[in-house]
Amino acid sequence: MATEAASGEATGLVFHPMDQFIIAPLFGDGPVGLFTVTNVTLWMAVTILATIALLVLGSSSRQSIPTRMQSIAELSYGFIRKMVEDVAGRDALPYFPYIMTLFMFVVMANFVGLLPGAFTTTSHIGVTGVLALMVFVAVTVIGFVKNGAGFLSLFWISAAPLPLRPVLALIEITSYFVRPVSHSIRLAGNMMAGHAVLKVFAAFAPMILISTGIGLVVTPLSILAIVAIYALEVVVAFIQAYVFTILTCVYLKDALHPAH
Amino acid sequence: MEGDIAAMGQYLGAGLASIGMGGAAIGVGNVVSSFLAGALRNPSAAAGQTATMFIGIAFAEALGIFSFLVALLLMFAV
Repeated sequence: MATEAASGEATGLVFHPMDQFIIAPLFGDGPVGLFTVTNVTLWMAVTILATIALLVLGSSSRQSIPTRMQSIAELSYGFIRKMVEDVAGRDALPYFPYIMTLFMFVVMANFVGLLPGAFTTTSHIGVTGVLALMVFVAVTVIGFVKNGAGFLSLFWISAAPLPLRPVLALIEITSYFVRPVSHSIRLAGNMMAGHAVLKVFAAFAPMILISTGIGLVVTPLSILAIVAIYALEVVVAFIQAYVFTILTCVYLKDALHPAH
Repeated sequence: MEGDIAAMGQYLGAGLASIGMGGAAIGVGNVVSSFLAGALRNPSAAAGQTATMFIGIAFAEALGIFSFLVALLLMFAV
């Protein structure tokens, strides 16, 4: 990149900040089909292998004085279990394995995406959309199986005055169907925005190679900004995974106890 | 005059859509400041409400992300 900056045109960014989100085949330059092995496939595999490694290696030794890896595995298990129990209630515990899987995948994908040169799979709405749609379908099915037609009382708010209820029902139904949209866009948008900002500053960083005058000011500032935003992104990566999981728990609570 | 009006509208629209993210920033700040104000009055009850705060942040933030999405659509999809 730096050599390009030195030889290329002096105006504009060295590379486009959205280039990092391009899905490309891993081998060759063919078109991307349904079964093409792409960089997304690679980094999703890395994510899953890292998750398996953390949880399997972490829980294999089981010492009473835990190693660092065992601590992390146990902490994340206890953290999600407590969240499910607190937010969705004790009768949501049968669904805990799925929520734990969801959290571990999202948080690991976010963290793996922070490695320099890595591809953030969760920055694509195609990935988070599938995760959110699966939650949406599962929650709707669970709601109808557990409560039958009583699940519809989620939309018919009996606490409100009677003339107001149809209006509220309309709003509630709309917001129910917008859930998978906002659920997936929140995660993808946050990851995409953060990484795009990082790349904008990364594109400004080699300015010193173009002109020494401006570069002396811009380059140290942008390197500082990269460090600061990277630190912020580490926090955001965890918080967004947490938010994704806790919203799943909230939706699950609605399905199990639809009456307001 | 060079370039075309459509491209100008695209960039202007993307910039205008980004203003919405400022609203989300205000919203998130409001949620956290209210939480902190309450938590400092009654610290013992604060730990149990952290999850609620994060849900509130998530809902406030989603709308800002929507405007970010509109900006992105204008820049890259239109």
